[in-house]
Amino acid sequence: MGVIRKFKKNFSDIFKRMFKKQNARIGIYGPPNAGKTTLANRIVRDWTGDAMGSVSHIAHETRRARRREGVTIKTNGSSISLDIIDTPGLATKIDFHEFMEQGMDEAESKRRAKEATEGVIEAVKWLENLDGVILVMDATEDPFTQVNVTVIGNMEARSLPLLIVANKVDLAEASPSTIRDAFPQHPMVSISALEGKNIDTFYEELAKRFG
Amino acid sequence: MSMQGFQMDLVSEHRLSEMSPVEKVRFIIDEVKNGKILVLEKGLSPEEEASLIEMTMTLIEPDGFSGIEMESYPSEVDTSFLGKILKKNTLKSRLTVIGPADQLKTLRRDRNMISALISTNK
Repeated sequence: MGVIRKFKKNFSDIFKRMFKKQNARIGIYGPPNAGKTTLANRIVRDWTGDAMGSVSHIAHETRRARRREGVTIKTNGSSISLDIIDTPGLATKIDFHEFMEQGMDEAESKRRAKEATEGVIEAVKWLENLDGVILVMDATEDPFTQVNVTVIGNMEARSLPLLIVANKVDLAEASPSTIRDAFPQHPMVSISALEGKNIDTFYEELAKRFG
Repeated sequence: MSMQGFQMDLVSEHRLSEMSPVEKVRFIIDEVKNGKILVLEKGLSPEEEASLIEMTMTLIEPDGFSGIEMESYPSEVDTSFLGKILKKNTLKSRLTVIGPADQLKTLRRDRNMISALISTNK
């Protein structure tokens, strides 16, 4: 694309952002079992009183993206309205045997694995239709996963805002500082989506990044 | 005595740069499904990585191909003046290792080091 066309496109994007009526679309991303749906449920429950989806200790519980429109978050005297998209966990491999190890029979495990692959495809497709991403990481796990690297790279390539959430800090083995050291170029908030720990700071950061 | 093992291909930046994004993804998937480990000198763009994940998911089969293991370093952002003006980040992709999920396992990784285990047993 030529330089002039790029200038035109950027000016057009800024113009659209200034006068758009739609809410910013924010995707909640991360590897399976990082706590994406727990966080989505907390946001939606705190600001609308509803829930978003079911939560399970078995990976790939969320196999369809769920969208909740017009969630208004009020913090520090200002308010922002967001569309929240809870996406299925991203992965580069899915083996049905892992579901069998959780006690499912073979047929159910294969069906579940198939749905999980479809969920990953849906999550990848959503990346192209977002205004920003909340990337949820399990603070008890190694943050240098390919999923994290790929999501962060895609946001950086599109110059879109990203907020990293170091989740599960209620657990003794959590190490949010490892996540901060891994991706120092992006803002990070440490929370427990399950217990609500530090959730007010998360909302303030959310408003700052996506408002 | 015949030699047993896996095939590892070291793919130069030049070789990949001759391919379109679709061709790159197809090439990688075909090679990895054939059991090869690929080391890409310059890796893929984040968009190409996302496309590779997407295509991988469409090809996963029970008792067959279970996916890929991909290990790349975080991209480096080019913060040049022109890049800032164009408001488009230019990312410098870095070395990437890709192989079948049942043969390649990441042991440890940080910003500048990847340690992996390659198994000859499926």
